[in-house]
Amino acid sequence: MAGKVKWVTDIEKSVLVNNFEKRGWTQVTDSEDWNFYWMSIQTIRNVFSVDTGYRLSDDQMVNHFPNHYELTRKDLMIKNIKRYRKELEKEGSPLSEKDESGKYIYLDFVPVTFMLPGDYNLFVEEFRKSPSSTWIMKPCGKAQGKGIFLINKLSQIKKWSRDSRTSTFMAANSGKEAYVISLYIDNPLLIGGKKFDLRLYVLVTTYRPLKCYMYKLGFCRFCTVKYTPSTSELDNMFVHLTNVAIQKHGDDYNHVHGGKWTVSNLRLYLESTRGKDVTNHLFDQIYWIVVQSLKAVAPVMNNDKHCFECYGYDIIIDDKLKPWLIEVNASPSLTSSTANDRILKYNLINDTLNIVAPNGEIPDCRWNRSPPKEALGNYQVPVSDILIHDRREFRSRSGQPLGSKSTRSSNCTPP
Amino acid sequence: MMNEGSELSVTIAQIVQRLKGTHLHSQLEKQAKECLHRPEIRLESIKEDVRKFLRATGWERKLQNAVYRELHILPPSGHPEAPLEHTKEPLAYMRKAQASWEKRILKSLNSMCTELGVPLARKRPVLEQKELTSKWNEMGADEPACVLFFIFWKVLINLKNPNHDHSDGLTARSHWGLIPISLSVRDVPQLREAYPELSLSCSQLGIDDHAHVPPDLFESEHIRIGKKVVDEQDSAAAQQYSRQGSPTGLRAQLWALILNITNDPEDVAHYEQLKAAVIHHDLLVDNLIYKDVKLTASNDDYYFVFEDVLYQVLLCFSRDTAVLEHFSYNSATPPKSYIQGKTGEEEFAVVYPPNGVIPFHGFSMYVAPLCFLYNEPCKLYSVFREMYVRYFFRLHSISSSPSGIVSLCLQFERLLQIHLPQLFFHLQEIMAQPLRIAFKWMVRAFSGYLSTDQLLLLWDRILGYDSLELVAVLAAAVFAFRAENLMEVTSLASAEAVLADLSTLKVMPLLQIFLFANVI
Repeated sequence: MAGKVKWVTDIEKSVLVNNFEKRGWTQVTDSEDWNFYWMSIQTIRNVFSVDTGYRLSDDQMVNHFPNHYELTRKDLMIKNIKRYRKELEKEGSPLSEKDESGKYIYLDFVPVTFMLPGDYNLFVEEFRKSPSSTWIMKPCGKAQGKGIFLINKLSQIKKWSRDSRTSTFMAANSGKEAYVISLYIDNPLLIGGKKFDLRLYVLVTTYRPLKCYMYKLGFCRFCTVKYTPSTSELDNMFVHLTNVAIQKHGDDYNHVHGGKWTVSNLRLYLESTRGKDVTNHLFDQIYWIVVQSLKAVAPVMNNDKHCFECYGYDIIIDDKLKPWLIEVNASPSLTSSTANDRILKYNLINDTLNIVAPNGEIPDCRWNRSPPKEALGNYQVPVSDILIHDRREFRSRSGQPLGSKSTRSSNCTPP
Repeated sequence: MMNEGSELSVTIAQIVQRLKGTHLHSQLEKQAKECLHRPEIRLESIKEDVRKFLRATGWERKLQNAVYRELHILPPSGHPEAPLEHTKEPLAYMRKAQASWEKRILKSLNSMCTELGVPLARKRPVLEQKELTSKWNEMGADEPACVLFFIFWKVLINLKNPNHDHSDGLTARSHWGLIPISLSVRDVPQLREAYPELSLSCSQLGIDDHAHVPPDLFESEHIRIGKKVVDEQDSAAAQQYSRQGSPTGLRAQLWALILNITNDPEDVAHYEQLKAAVIHHDLLVDNLIYKDVKLTASNDDYYFVFEDVLYQVLLCFSRDTAVLEHFSYNSATPPKSYIQGKTGEEEFAVVYPPNGVIPFHGFSMYVAPLCFLYNEPCKLYSVFREMYVRYFFRLHSISSSPSGIVSLCLQFERLLQIHLPQLFFHLQEIMAQPLRIAFKWMVRAFSGYLSTDQLLLLWDRILGYDSLELVAVLAAAVFAFRAENLMEVTSLASAEAVLADLSTLKVMPLLQIFLFANVI
């Protein structure tokens, strides 16, 4: 291969730039000829838009799929997952099996969610079934915890009650932003009394056929304030939201560790306190969720051959050790809040580049997308067929359906 | 010298004495009485039958474990005529050093009182009590206002053995290290004999469970045996097992078993009482605890999550008078304070703090790793307390015990002097004496320096061999591992930099190579 890779980015983050420079690639501007463009989601919209878009050639790669929002926008992800379940059901797939209470056994991995204002009436119906529940409101198009609030009374979301037939994205002219409302997981697993969520990274190189890689080095993000399900603290976002963008404004935010705990710490803690089988099962379930969410959007994705994408998955584990998919981010933060964070993100980009631009050579979008095992770094391939087998086996062993009280530990109860 | 037989009978008498009146004793009595109604208990063989019953129902095992626990903390039996202080520490100069050390701490504590204008202890007003009860789980939000560091180190390197003639030419060896006294410590051949399970031919966790080793070679079988040990509820077996490492999923149970922590309703009640004591009274030493947690665990990548749990455990610990028992075999003596206006009058003396232990910088690191194993505060507390009265107290009291900090320092220096003389000499020359760096690791038994998984593997062996000696061996092994880089440094600061991050080290390979792979 002749020539150096010419790269552009509109996200000037050191973990990116250092990785490009390490490979001896040359920086250019986006008006020049480029091979590799690490771009924000605003830019990808332009690249593929009908008006301003341009044809990418075979030696050009970008870090987003054109319609990544099918997965990464809260409302669309839910829509796609709901559709995926229905399709599987129609096919009579064993994956769509339901338990006695009518819940999906294998596909119940997102909290009950509705679009507002579109689904307002459906939501009210569900709300009335369990009026003591707390719900979480999130604007569809925002990230980093912006605009999020919790509610436990219908009156708190009156604003979204009328015009329920207008667009789900933006209620026309009314200035009402589209929201999703989800059942709030009010029994999160607490460690040291604090709530946390998991940030995991997943690389997709193609949707059809689906090729995805799980990153081993994720982290837990802890709230700085003790968790309480008490309704009097519903307004205190330091209790409920784990986003670093929120937590770093708290008085107790610590700049040494930034409230971040490695996944290996989580594993050690869970295996020590709950046992090995239960812990393995939890992580298998998480891999399962990731694969299923990707399968749910695969049919609608524009599987452009110039694209790959590194997603940030946000997952909450409840106190029964069931993982819930909260959302998927198309542009997971590459800002390093701590020294360990920098190392992790540098490695993440390094391992990602090793897969999508093998040997640091000029990319060829017609590549076979089958990197050798040695090239995966900290990425691993989730083997979905084995997963479903394991889940069945676990279920029959524990004698309980998954998703309810399946978290009996085999060896943590004192005699 | 007493003969062995009578020594044994003294030991037995001591243990019987100690177990009398315990809850276990009354439970055993109750069980024995109740079983008399059973058909299998016959009058003609009543003694035998009751014994059989107690064995079959697991009560015998409980008694065995209790006896085993007593054996661990039993002070070495000295001459019957010897005064009590000799069983605490046989060497007079050690006792003296410890006593003057205690005086210094107490002085600091008193001046802290004066400076802050607060009493050593006070009853909290009712309102504050209520507030604390409601905030029990989030004490980390309170900011204390004082710092106190103790310079324990200085005391150690100034130890003097008056029986040793310092006037004429010092031996090469004593001139070398920083610890200016001689105690008998083991050399590598003796260590090999003492730690046979760590040898190259022995499989163990921390080495043979590596991802590249197929689990059926060792790990699976080891876990299977571990489950059996837990089922059998046998302390001695658990201890032996732990020498090859505890599997992560079984460690919490194995350690509790080794330490004979049963988490009875009495333990829970005791813990609740301590909690009430914290809520009722404010102690000056609480400030030390707050400060310590803030400065150590709260900034730690592994332990920050457990900040609030640490306060709960440590505040309860400071009020636990059951800890005082360990002063019968600890060279230290609990500090005394006098009720206001009665200074010096023995009948008005009270132990302060109630547990007799003044916390210092880094103290919370003895608890922090245990937070990974136990999520029930009461169990966590009991395990920590037992670990403290068996091992950790030795890391900050001056004694001649082989697990004591003085011996560990000496052991560490000896191992380096003998096996890495060039390195030792080099570091000595540039005023980066190895002990100056390793001391802090050893005082905390490496907690806060190693990654938690590795630390737990090390502590597995501390429990397994009932000794802290391996802490010194590991410290030497770390120097050996980084020897090449250390030979190139020219200052203490750069030597410290080479050894600043131990979180990537793998403990068991280091120990194994240091002890068994080198030609001696």
